[in-house]
Amino acid sequence: MLEEIKARLETSVPGCHPEIILNGSPSGQHSLQIDSAHAVEAAMFLRDDAELRLDYCSNVTGVDWLETDTSPGYLEAVYHLYSMERKHGPVVLRLRTENRTDRAHLPSLTPVWRSAEFQEREIFDLYGIIFDGHPDLRRILMWDEFEDHPMRRDYVEPDDYEYEPTAHDEVLSKAKQHAAQQPD
Amino acid sequence: MTSMTTSPDEQMHEGLIADGGQDELLEIALGPHHPSTHGVFRMDVVLDGEQVVRLKPVFGYLHRNHEKIAESASYLASMPYTDRLDYICSLTNNWAYALAVEKLAGLQVPERAEYIRIITAELTRLVNHTATIGFLTQEMGASGTPLMYAFREREKILDLFESLTGSRMMCNYMRFGGCRVELPTGWLEQTKKVVEEFPRFLDEYEQLLTGNEIFMARAQGVGVLKRDLAINAGVTGPMLRASGVNYDIRKVDKYGIYDRFDFKIPLGEHGDVYDRYMIRMLEMRESLKILNQALRDLPQGPIMDPKAKIRGFRPKPGEAYGRIESPKGELGFYLISDGSPNPYRYRVRPPSLINLTVLEDMCRGYSVADTIVIFGTVDIVLGEVDR
Repeated sequence: MLEEIKARLETSVPGCHPEIILNGSPSGQHSLQIDSAHAVEAAMFLRDDAELRLDYCSNVTGVDWLETDTSPGYLEAVYHLYSMERKHGPVVLRLRTENRTDRAHLPSLTPVWRSAEFQEREIFDLYGIIFDGHPDLRRILMWDEFEDHPMRRDYVEPDDYEYEPTAHDEVLSKAKQHAAQQPD
Repeated sequence: MTSMTTSPDEQMHEGLIADGGQDELLEIALGPHHPSTHGVFRMDVVLDGEQVVRLKPVFGYLHRNHEKIAESASYLASMPYTDRLDYICSLTNNWAYALAVEKLAGLQVPERAEYIRIITAELTRLVNHTATIGFLTQEMGASGTPLMYAFREREKILDLFESLTGSRMMCNYMRFGGCRVELPTGWLEQTKKVVEEFPRFLDEYEQLLTGNEIFMARAQGVGVLKRDLAINAGVTGPMLRASGVNYDIRKVDKYGIYDRFDFKIPLGEHGDVYDRYMIRMLEMRESLKILNQALRDLPQGPIMDPKAKIRGFRPKPGEAYGRIESPKGELGFYLISDGSPNPYRYRVRPPSLINLTVLEDMCRGYSVADTIVIFGTVDIVLGEVDR
């Protein structure tokens, strides 16, 4: 199924070279990775193609992959697509940013599937992926003045912690660090 | 200009009078603390007179980063926490999470456990729909009576949950590869009795509401959601089916053993508030059909997969997306495993949040009073929206 979709994407969207990412779990849900430049066009094709008709984008997930020795790390948006008309799915799409810092941009698929609107906002809020072309990209769960992206793997809580009067365990070590940093 | 002598009422209308009341818009915040918002939820509404021009939902008041907490705990440790997502329907939350983990790890569920899961899930659907319709009538101004009738019936089912799981609402009942405890003695008989008596309540309730003139006036033709928009915006559950889309995951995925049961999917024609009410009513009757069949056929046997490990549970690296038809829509869990005891990524696909995408489209052009009613038929729980 996925091989077939890949071949049809290559012929219908010129320049698009999807890559099949295999999944080792018994679920057998393999995914298609698409480059950012052709993502919107490919998504339109998947939605409107008479045979596929993936008219329903169910779930959009952000994933953070930290840098390793071989790769600079990247952020990923995973789209789970189904067809309400033809009742098949899921087809899993993956988009990757170039890195985790200054080039964390992806094209927004909200113009294709509106169900991505709040979910992409959530990924922007919690992971810091900037979705170009999103109609209303604001923080959604955290407050507007908040600065960091708390779902990132390397997120560190700010030192504005309210310490318990009887600090113990983890709280005790945090309280000590906090006290050491405070000017007298 | 406002002066100290004008009353607040005059101040509010001053701008409108000054330019003849043509283009002056009024921005108000509905919520976050308002009985009709089902929790802490705010709608920033722009009004032209009484009509809604713009509506922006604002949430996050209950945000505790459930997903991050789950990523720093073992797989099983998140199970009781799923109860707190949609706290009206904890058993379906349990099931959705268990289903995703079972897909990830390739676990099988014994037949008896599948039956028990279906019985508890359909009872949960009754609980949710009675509560939703009760709240809806409350929001239409029918103070007390219909809500209390609904809660009286809901309480009978919560008693069943309490005797089975030890808790009325925070059930924490399902495990990867089965269920936690065997049914207590007398539970089946009691459940059969509740299921048997339930249609009488539904008849009484329908007599009260379905043909009620005031109810019809407030509900018919209000908050219409078009079929194509509903599909594109990812709306699921009773809301989607009220717009006439035949999509029920119990029929599409046939997860568990839903393919063994004979039941129908009610569909609406107009996609208005009345259809969304009616779909829930009809769905309860279909749930009762499933319950009757499941209670009749419940086999003997184990309730846990003997291969399932409670301690030292480490699925192989990989990922899985599992979804069920929760009473509110498609509830899904997406898990990525890196082979460690904790999930690398744990994601909840909340139906409540995504069904709110179309709130503005449904409310535009209607009055504030209608907005409250339309919002009531979306059926959200903030524990799930904010996570």
